Amino acid sequence: MRRRTTSAVAGAFALALLTGCGAADMTKQASPYANAQGARTVTLAVQSWVGSLANVAVARHLLEHELGYRVDIVQVDEVPAWDALSQGRVDAILEDWGHPEQEQLYVEEKKTIARGGDLGVTGHIGWFIPTYFAEQHPDLKSWKDLNKYADRFRTAESGGKGQLMDGSPAYLTHDKALVKNLELDFKVVFAGSEAALLTQIKQFAKEKKPFLTYWNTPHWLFEKVPMTEVMLPPYEEGCDADPAKVACAYPTAPLQKYLNADFARDGGEAADFLKKFAWSTEDQNAVSLMIADQKLSPEEAAEKWVDGHESTWKKWLS
Amino acid sequence: MAAITATARKASAPGVLTRPAARKLLALALVAAILVPLATARWASGSWPEALTVDASGPLAGASDWIIDNRDSHPLFLYFFGHVSNLVVVTVRAVYLALLAVGWAGVTALAGLVAWRVAGIRLALGTAVAFLACGLLGMWVPTMQTLALMVVAVTASVVVGALLGLAAGLSDRMDRVLRPVLDTMQVLPAFAYLLPVVLIFGIGVPAAVLATVVYAAPPMARLTALGLRGADKEVLEAVESLGTTARQRLLTARIPLARRELLLGLNQTIMMALSMAVIASVIGAGGLGDRVYQALASVDVGAALAAGIPIVLLAVVLDRVTGAAGANLGQAPRPRTHWLYVVVGAAVVAAAGRLTARLEWPDGWVVSLVEPVNRAVGWMTDHLYSGVPVIGGTADWAARFTTWVLDPIRDGLQWLPWWSVLLVVATLAWLIGTWRTALTAVLAMAAIGVLGVWNPSLDTLSQVLAAVAVTLVVGFATGIAAARSDRVDRLLRPVLDVFQTMPQFVYLIPVVALFGVGRAPAVAAAVVYALPAVVRITAQGLRQVDPAALESARSLGATSAQQLRQVQLPLARPALLLAVNQGVVLVLAVVIIGGMVGGGALGYDVVFGLAQGDLATGLVAGAAIVCLGLMLDRVTQPTERRAKKGA
Repeated sequence: MRRRTTSAVAGAFALALLTGCGAADMTKQASPYANAQGARTVTLAVQSWVGSLANVAVARHLLEHELGYRVDIVQVDEVPAWDALSQGRVDAILEDWGHPEQEQLYVEEKKTIARGGDLGVTGHIGWFIPTYFAEQHPDLKSWKDLNKYADRFRTAESGGKGQLMDGSPAYLTHDKALVKNLELDFKVVFAGSEAALLTQIKQFAKEKKPFLTYWNTPHWLFEKVPMTEVMLPPYEEGCDADPAKVACAYPTAPLQKYLNADFARDGGEAADFLKKFAWSTEDQNAVSLMIADQKLSPEEAAEKWVDGHESTWKKWLS
Repeated sequence: MAAITATARKASAPGVLTRPAARKLLALALVAAILVPLATARWASGSWPEALTVDASGPLAGASDWIIDNRDSHPLFLYFFGHVSNLVVVTVRAVYLALLAVGWAGVTALAGLVAWRVAGIRLALGTAVAFLACGLLGMWVPTMQTLALMVVAVTASVVVGALLGLAAGLSDRMDRVLRPVLDTMQVLPAFAYLLPVVLIFGIGVPAAVLATVVYAAPPMARLTALGLRGADKEVLEAVESLGTTARQRLLTARIPLARRELLLGLNQTIMMALSMAVIASVIGAGGLGDRVYQALASVDVGAALAAGIPIVLLAVVLDRVTGAAGANLGQAPRPRTHWLYVVVGAAVVAAAGRLTARLEWPDGWVVSLVEPVNRAVGWMTDHLYSGVPVIGGTADWAARFTTWVLDPIRDGLQWLPWWSVLLVVATLAWLIGTWRTALTAVLAMAAIGVLGVWNPSLDTLSQVLAAVAVTLVVGFATGIAAARSDRVDRLLRPVLDVFQTMPQFVYLIPVVALFGVGRAPAVAAAVVYALPAVVRITAQGLRQVDPAALESARSLGATSAQQLRQVQLPLARPALLLAVNQGVVLVLAVVIIGGMVGGGALGYDVVFGLAQGDLATGLVAGAAIVCLGLMLDRVTQPTERRAKKGA
């Protein structure tokens, strides 16, 4: 009995020693895989779409080859990425599509996240049909014309209605409310991930079948499957305030970068570089296309782009 | 073949069940006759009545906000969760750095030598080749990350599981408390475990490790308890008569006698931890799972496979080596010096790697699978998707399956009045089990209604039912073929191994390419995933049928088909029921993940909750999944339950 107590006490003591006796703030922990080679490390968040992969690949290439950092990449969805950024598990998000609620909480109130400036790319979300279908039916221009064509967009999954495809649950979407409030004879089918949606779109395009999809520009897919936007009622400030009553288009947003506040202050060269990092839609698309369509690895794609665009990235390093 | 199976079971059912079944049905009819009119009078609606739901999303959202606000200041987090999280990070990091410091040659040599020591030379070579293959595929670093996470998670699972198992094995009261909990935990889909840990620990390695521990510890606990309880009574009495204390008996007799179960527990814990470590990439586990996940984001099946193969290799190696360790138990122990060779050999190789500065896997030694695989997948989708003469393309099948199978089942289930669904559940569960299992099943189903996700749950249920039907038809047919022919069995074995250990994610994109987006691909992925277990259990069950019974049937002049129908299938009934049970559990797990390919319903809600940080939606859906899993398990659970996969 005695020995058991002693060993229990010893165990507890060892545990306390190992973890440090005081308070442990788990919001300040880095990834256990970070800094493995004893180098300076930057951790970047990457999201599931390829544009985000392109930003991160180029930033990583330059950080590693020009500035001598080691870069870790963490795949996180948009909203959890804000959380991780605030906790310091991630140092930077390079492409944010606008999250006013999180911005208010973390940037304004808690001040754990700092703005990193424009990415230089402007994002737009809308409804798209393939251009081959739009050319055959030039009168299909806006949401008002959709009901006429609803039966053309029917699939087994949407039953008796037309199918409106939505992608990843991570993306901002009011499509269910839009379909209801605009009284469209459509059903929203959630593909559940961008990968699944992409695969389906390519499949439809190969057969020249009509489809209606939620999509965003810029995106490399437009180079492969030209798509034409179907206009929604114009966006006005505040028309999307109540998610259940939305009946207008999505806002157009200049994509933003965000840095962890501590990293922005003490991150040295890496933080300066990430603040200056800004490129055009064409540049981003070029890299995205190399990754997603030519199946280059992100590293190879970034290297290729960096080799040809020295004048662009030299400015970020000065 | 399926028709044969079904009729055989029906034919055998009356003999076994007639009288108790009739009594149970009568009792249920009585209860229904009293309660149903009451229920319909009060809440007349087809779907679950609004009045009986509880909106949990408000409090859940409140809890989630509170955690975000207090995560860096509240003592509970600073002094408890913070330390837990720290400990995980520190240990994973230590293991990871150690693996990197030993270098690829050292790790390969160590793994090979350990395998040689516990399982012999053939497995040792296999292990070394497997590790080298991971490097060749360009996956050395992610493999080490996964391995580091696995080492920590498995160690923790084994410790926690063994402690719980010890408690349940030694105390009857603990056993009664723990058994239903552990039984339940084993049937829950992995996805349901992710959200609660994310809520507390946030996205990252600590959450991933803890989810893995929660998922992987139950088999260890169950098998430990089983081993301790199953120890030979006579041996124990003999030991007791020697005047030993309770502790001596435990250490010198009961634990050594339970060695086989302990090793089986270790084996299952490792397998479950590996499968969870991959799924946990959704919440930031990193490593191989993350590579699969990222590759899928850019629809790159080749890259997903390049990361999937090391997972399969790790799984097969770990499974075989721990399995062989269990099988070798009875043999005479080898001399201890062998362990010395292991340590020295590994140290020499590691030192050599260090001196030649070859710790990292050389960049040039990488074989790329990506191109050829993607070309093959491209060809498949180009030629099979549609326009195939006569039989139609896969897309047409999917459309027909959706319209003619999935839609009617879903609409039918949702059309049924809510009380009749409960009644059907109660009937099924009671006929096959006891009144306890029936009660659990009904309560679980009712809880789904109370949570306010009745319709999406029935949608998920319809997908599960369709997938299970397909799985059983194909699985029983293949299982019978494998049981009757050794050649088929030998051909199938490696295929089953691979399919069973391949992470579910890898299936998702090929099924979309073949079947489009929607519920059909989710069902297809579920079928592919559940099939191996069903085939294996069926084949094993048929093979274990008493040879004497078969022999006597043969001597009476029964044809091969008669033998199968009238002897083998009825005698293998427990195994077939177990196959149904396993099939249902595995199908549910993948149908949920099918939310990522358009399966919608509960799976989508969980993915949505994780992606949007909207834990209220996700947790409600997660709870509904738990209830659905519980219900399905109880409805298909034979009265005497056998250890999972232990067959």
